[in-house]
Amino acid sequence: MARLRTSTQSRAQQVVEHLYSNLEQRIIASPPGLCPVDISAAFLRMCHAQTCGKCVPCRIGIGQMVHIMDDILDGKGSLESIDVLEQTARVVYETADCAIGYEAAHMILQCLDSFRDDFEGHVKWDRCIEQLEQPVPCVALCPAGVDIPGYIALVRAGRYADAVRLVRKDNPFCSTCGIVCEHPCEARCRRNMIDQSINIRGLKRFADEQAGVVPAPAPQPDTGKRVAIVGGGPSGLTAAYFLRLMGHSVTVYEKRSQLGGMLRFGIPRFRLSEEALDKDLDMILSTGIDVKLGIGIGDGDGDVSIATLRKDYDAVYIAIGAHEDRKIGIDGEDGPGVVSAVKLLRDIGEGHPHDLSGRKVVVVGGGNVAMDVSRTAIRLGASEVSVVYRRRKADMTALSEEIEGAEAEGIQILELHAPKAVLRDEEGQVRAFLAEPKIIGKIDSGGRPRPEAADGDDVAIPCDVVIVAIGQQIDSKHLENNGIPVHWGSVVTGDSGKVKEVPGVFAGGDCVTGPATVIKAVGAGKVAAANIDNYLGYNHIISVDVDIPEPALIDHPACGRVNLRFRNANSRRLDFEPVETGMTCQEADQESARCLRCDHFGISTLRGGRNAQW
Amino acid sequence: MVIRVTINGFVYQIPSDISIMEACEKTGWPLPHLCFLKDINEIGACRVCVVEVEGEERLITACNNKVYPGMVIYTNSPRVQEARRINLQLILSQHDSHCTTCPRNGNCALQQACFDLGIEESLYHKEVPENKWPQDFPLIREESKCIKCLRCVQICDKIQSLGVWDLVRSGGRTTVNVSGGRHIENADCTVCGQCVTHCPTGALHGRQDRKRVYPWEKAINNPDIVTVVQVAPAVRAAWGEGLNLSRERATPGRLAAALRRCGFNFVFDTNFGADLTVMEEASEFLKRMTDGQKHRYPMFTSCCPGWVRFLKSQYPDMVDDLSTSKSPQGMQATMTKTYFADKIGVPADKIFSISVMPCLAKKSEIAIPSLNDAGAGQDLDVTLTTREMIAMIRAQNLDVANLPEEPFDSPLGVSTGAGVIFGTTGGVMEAALRTGYYLAAGETPSPDTFKTVCRTEAHPWGEAAYDFAGIPVRTAVVSGLANTRQLIRALRRGEVHYDFVEVMACPGGCVGGGGQPIHDGEELAAIRGRRLHNLDRMANIRFSHENPEIQRLYREFLGEPLSEKAERYLHTDHHQWEMPLSPHLDEDVRIERK
Repeated sequence: MARLRTSTQSRAQQVVEHLYSNLEQRIIASPPGLCPVDISAAFLRMCHAQTCGKCVPCRIGIGQMVHIMDDILDGKGSLESIDVLEQTARVVYETADCAIGYEAAHMILQCLDSFRDDFEGHVKWDRCIEQLEQPVPCVALCPAGVDIPGYIALVRAGRYADAVRLVRKDNPFCSTCGIVCEHPCEARCRRNMIDQSINIRGLKRFADEQAGVVPAPAPQPDTGKRVAIVGGGPSGLTAAYFLRLMGHSVTVYEKRSQLGGMLRFGIPRFRLSEEALDKDLDMILSTGIDVKLGIGIGDGDGDVSIATLRKDYDAVYIAIGAHEDRKIGIDGEDGPGVVSAVKLLRDIGEGHPHDLSGRKVVVVGGGNVAMDVSRTAIRLGASEVSVVYRRRKADMTALSEEIEGAEAEGIQILELHAPKAVLRDEEGQVRAFLAEPKIIGKIDSGGRPRPEAADGDDVAIPCDVVIVAIGQQIDSKHLENNGIPVHWGSVVTGDSGKVKEVPGVFAGGDCVTGPATVIKAVGAGKVAAANIDNYLGYNHIISVDVDIPEPALIDHPACGRVNLRFRNANSRRLDFEPVETGMTCQEADQESARCLRCDHFGISTLRGGRNAQW
Repeated sequence: MVIRVTINGFVYQIPSDISIMEACEKTGWPLPHLCFLKDINEIGACRVCVVEVEGEERLITACNNKVYPGMVIYTNSPRVQEARRINLQLILSQHDSHCTTCPRNGNCALQQACFDLGIEESLYHKEVPENKWPQDFPLIREESKCIKCLRCVQICDKIQSLGVWDLVRSGGRTTVNVSGGRHIENADCTVCGQCVTHCPTGALHGRQDRKRVYPWEKAINNPDIVTVVQVAPAVRAAWGEGLNLSRERATPGRLAAALRRCGFNFVFDTNFGADLTVMEEASEFLKRMTDGQKHRYPMFTSCCPGWVRFLKSQYPDMVDDLSTSKSPQGMQATMTKTYFADKIGVPADKIFSISVMPCLAKKSEIAIPSLNDAGAGQDLDVTLTTREMIAMIRAQNLDVANLPEEPFDSPLGVSTGAGVIFGTTGGVMEAALRTGYYLAAGETPSPDTFKTVCRTEAHPWGEAAYDFAGIPVRTAVVSGLANTRQLIRALRRGEVHYDFVEVMACPGGCVGGGGQPIHDGEELAAIRGRRLHNLDRMANIRFSHENPEIQRLYREFLGEPLSEKAERYLHTDHHQWEMPLSPHLDEDVRIERK
């Protein structure tokens, strides 16, 4: 017998390893709306299979917890069984020897803490409280509820204009979202159970590019009702579009000289071209929307007040976005050479780009805006751009493809460093950015690790310009003066968009949610349009006359996902032309054929698979 | 377009755009199926209709997938057979298979499929789920028989727009129950019974009331008790279906003879009650038309208890627009224990009164206290469905086909053609208009004047306008509660205006009622309705006001329509009882505000 042996994986172990990765994929594709008790019981059962069997609490306790949860799920539990479950979980947590046991128990304690209602619902009524509203995962996760399997089927059938019309039933920003949507729809795509999610956004982009100009539908007969929209960004214009289609007369007030909001003044042109944005805006305006540019909301000269709008219109939708920058609060921050990301991007949108030729730039922040602004700085001629972020790169809120894009263009990311001071010379010019080192620490209640003070010396990064990209807020004074509640820098509304305190006033988009995504803003605009229509005493239906192709029966062998490609980093960093290129026809055909058509296969067939109207 | 497909090696030309199921049916290769219900439930849940399609790695459900040109299908390959058998076995592992005591014994899609496929051995651990259910509710759900085909969910959603049923629980425990976490007694269930007649198994059925009548309880065979039975119009259009009688042999006369042989002392006809309803409702309508008031909504008929429950739960603000007339069943029941009891000199509490109805909601109607006006407990002691009556007749081992045709008993068994069409959509309106016109104009119209009031395929409801001696009368007729909701929404939005509207909760009216014989996958309301219209056409008397026994009843007992006595016995206040409200009321209230 050999003294030592190298380890080799048995066939069974290999298969189990594969199973683990399958399990991960399956969890990714977990449909929304599952019963949390059922899922946690299933999870607990897996934990029990992991126990080594040495210790009592883990070997027996987890099994008994599974039994109690099964009883509860079978309608045989009582309120006392929930107490016993909690007691047991606490003791397993406190007495298990290793993480296999105490973390499993900890999970159940967390469950009891956060959804005890669901446990009690099973005991009292033998029901799940959780209800599945929209059974198609991608549609459920789209804030605007776009009929995704429908338009993918239309792309597959080569009916691109119909695909665009179908998208617009829920979202008028088809061209824009095809390029910059954060695609929450892809997160739980059932295709993850086979290989990887469908490239939904890419297919939308392809449909829009192929379709060319698709005219807007004709509005319904005029109602004579007048609605004012404050803010010409994605949320305001979505509401304007749908309200106009419902037959109402709509006026959009926009503070700036052009429509588009953050799409024009926040997202740089190399991510979203002017043509792509204008395509959507032209379509929206073609329905007959009145636009008043250069008028902000407030009491100042050239402004329009909430009071006036309420007097002159039957309803008002406030969608002013979040355009006010936040300050870091460090020494040397005030003065020339320090600029907010919002201002830098807005100045470009207004045709006054900053000249950063040969400058060294430090960008503070870790979100998408920080990436956008650092990549913009490169294009404005900066010789060096460093992003300073107090956590790890992995903790950044920016999409990973944005971070990769920025790094490919030569941007340096200095992680685990927090801003300490802007160092200036005698003339007051910025000379360096002082950052202090951090160590990644304990996880906070939000699930992110906190940066803690670290040993080591501060770093002074030589630079001429500091760009602050640590978030935005709204200018709320005027709103508050008019009785509109504002909390933590955001307007407070119910989920209907209605401002309870002020009849006839609705709000949505970034000014309610804080800086968020285009599609969330669009979703909020759609919700507001429906509820304003009802508020005005109507129940107009928005629908589209597009029949959805039957799904093909072909089976679905595993197949790689088509990702969009980017222009070469060395050349794209020199101009503001779009960095991303769309799919080829061949790619779109293959990608659209990967769709599993959850509108047809699965539970969604019970209620027709789609909301054909709203 | 015609395409070419190959099924089991034979080549067929078939229309494109049809399902594999339809294609196989058309070409003589019908497929077994449990959950499929054409246009209502095409969800591929039971996986019993699977077929093999060349080029496909896995089996394909035939019910919800379409044929394509050149498709090569195998409906009976070993792979398919095995899949069907296994899936049936899986269903059986959770199914209470005590078929002998099931109300659907002999008429069960699961039983049939297992029989056809010769399922014998049991492969799996048997785990039959149980549920708690109030056994006094007219509609019973037995979890142990439910195969989760979800037809009930779909019927209630799509045909009746009520959404009483929904999926509850999750994962492997997923099942059907009352939606919104409610108990059935607290739900806005109209007890129409459409979920029952579309259930493939015995999971949904009506409360069985037969044992309260026959034979081991007191009523029948008890010399001190006079048993009286009344039979609703629609029952005669369907009763033969459950007794293997042809439609020609299943005459009303033979039905009366069969019931007499079941031991009932008096066999009456609810058609008489229908004639009486016409007298009261037509008079009530004319009074309303000439009362000088402007009515926002039309007068609605009130003979369908499912519809009354619908209106009270969905549009409680419109209850005052319901006719106050009781249903034919109710009128007949009250007259049985007053007028008739007097006539035969028997105290009302010695009469045991039974009705046979095509309906489940009638079981809830007789339990409404404010409808009991005869002063001797319930005016009607028991209501049986057509299905229960058929079972009762079967238990007598009668040679029904060769029974003589006998008349119903007098006086509450004499009726007209107007009474018999009460059992089909449009019939109540037509009958009421015949007499209404006579009462308004003083002359008898041709009986076929008002037959135009009928729903077309294209529109949820039918409408017609008439001139009643200078009074314009706008009428509408609707059946099925989803259609009804559309009509009411149109009325509330002011898009349509009517004076008189007939509503029946079940599609096609009582002939398609929730208490009628069940034929899986077949809708027989239209055929049965035509039968009632034929009976009307053949009737000697076709106007309710010409019914001699009705005339005698008014002469000897009631006085005239809407008299004080008629109001006391034949009308009701619909506000006297509570109905659970719809959980979605707000939506419609909002529509109303405009």
